[in-house]
Amino acid sequence: MSGLELNIGFMPLVDSAPLVIAQEMGFADQEGLSLNLLKSPSWSAIRDMVTLGRADAVHMLAPVPIAMSLGIGGQGKLDVLQVLSVSGTAIGVSLDLAGRMREAGYSFDFADATAAGRALIAAAGPELRIGVPFPFSMQAELLYYWLSALGFPAPQGVQIRTVPPPLMAEAIAKGEIDAFCVGEPWGSIAVENGVGELLLPGAAIWSFAPEKVLAVRQGWAEAEPELAARLIRAVWRAGRWLDTPGNQMTAAEILSRSAYVNVPAEIIERALGGALVINARGDQRQTANFQVFHRGAAGFPWRSQGAWIAGQMAGRLGLDRKGAEKTGASVMRSDLYRAALSREAADLPGASSKLEGSLPSVTAVSSGSGRLFLEPNQFFDRRIFDLPTGV
Amino acid sequence: MSKRLSIVVVEKDRDRARLIVDSLRAAGDYEIHVIAEESALARKVAEKQPDVVLIDVASPSRDTLEELAVASGPLDRPVAMFVDRSDDNLTKQAIEAGLSAYVVDGMRPDRLKPILDAAITRFHMFQRMRKELEQTKRALEERKVLDRAKGILMKARGITEDEAYALLRKTAMDQGRKVVDVAQALVTAAGLLS
Repeated sequence: MSGLELNIGFMPLVDSAPLVIAQEMGFADQEGLSLNLLKSPSWSAIRDMVTLGRADAVHMLAPVPIAMSLGIGGQGKLDVLQVLSVSGTAIGVSLDLAGRMREAGYSFDFADATAAGRALIAAAGPELRIGVPFPFSMQAELLYYWLSALGFPAPQGVQIRTVPPPLMAEAIAKGEIDAFCVGEPWGSIAVENGVGELLLPGAAIWSFAPEKVLAVRQGWAEAEPELAARLIRAVWRAGRWLDTPGNQMTAAEILSRSAYVNVPAEIIERALGGALVINARGDQRQTANFQVFHRGAAGFPWRSQGAWIAGQMAGRLGLDRKGAEKTGASVMRSDLYRAALSREAADLPGASSKLEGSLPSVTAVSSGSGRLFLEPNQFFDRRIFDLPTGV
Repeated sequence: MSKRLSIVVVEKDRDRARLIVDSLRAAGDYEIHVIAEESALARKVAEKQPDVVLIDVASPSRDTLEELAVASGPLDRPVAMFVDRSDDNLTKQAIEAGLSAYVVDGMRPDRLKPILDAAITRFHMFQRMRKELEQTKRALEERKVLDRAKGILMKARGITEDEAYALLRKTAMDQGRKVVDVAQALVTAAGLLS
């Protein structure tokens, strides 16, 4: 391996795959890059790594750069070069809570968010404590959105607690939380350890939620335009490889190494194939688009995604909503992504914003070649989010 | 005279916690609490109403403390990661030493500096100890490999221990490799052939 070395921070999660695969399968090398992958113990450490210049680019929770642009959740500003993964999280409940839900007649279909939410609220009692990996995470956003839409005031009526993902299974075993929403493999680990059951994939709440992004310090891409473009292309190719049928087993083997996710390949493969085992009895559920790396322009950093996240945060924290949406949209650097992939076989959408939640099925949209299909993009309550005018 | 600053140290290891507390005591008159438990960490920290929180950068529990940085979080007073943007250098030093600190917004840098200086020195020492421990471990492992390789040569060629070592060293020099690498290759090969 040779090439220009870039320091890349990542968290040991299945959705770090595009970065790991870019390095391991030679996509970085093809661009004359060598990715020095730095495993981080926490999201806050990753954020500090990139803001203080120890890393050039990082694997990041999509809401973190948005929160920082609004002046909350850390100092400094980040740009999002591309979306690394769409969806890929799972909501799980304690064995105790699962038992009560089953007694009340709930069937654990791992699909219907309305039924699952009602069953959860009915069985939970007045104090529901849910663990998420970070205060600014799609996990937290999906929970707030889901529970509020079902008439369960969040965050007022529910305690959302931060629990580091590797400690999630332990926290639910000790009774410190009643439920969790976490990225794979940690939901499956809770099932594997016999301490929890899976209730829903995150995709059941929003079927096309940006989950992790590739983030850089604001100004880095302008200072290093060539490097940024090469990195985007390498990661884009890795995403395409990951979404190619037949590559999941190899990907799982690579990710299972101790330098990366360090859990058995068999568990990682469940998330990559969208076939999760939801309880200790071994019941398995197949979810279409449980996690997407490439299909339907998954890597495209839509301005509307940034605006949606910012709007949700602004609503919760009492900030000016329209101003926040405008700022959030600007974090998603669709301009840089377009420029980097213009010479590639990538089929890019004609627009840089879309109506979030408006696609009930796979839909053709205008694009460079005219053959781009977007994947279903729907909220469970069928709400549609449009960017306000002037954003 | 302003009130005594309150410091929370989040540290599981009792010996390490004691060392940190000792050096903070030596640096000034502070009210110091140690929290060792990871569960419900944010609440436990908030209860103490600290001015400064010190935690190992490598601790995954750091993310739990980020809750405190949200204005609507359990702590009424907003908390920022310790930097004062004016002092990037101090931030870098701390991170390099493996220390992260959270402080109440608006704290005067001159009150913070002695605390951080003391903590940074201590964390540097931890890093050095960790490195030394790793080096010792590695040296022990290399020793073991070397002994096994010598044993294999002595048995196979009927030579003495000194001769076996000389042979390993010569081979390593001829090939421009480390003695331990040659020994490791021999041990691996012998394992395959047996």
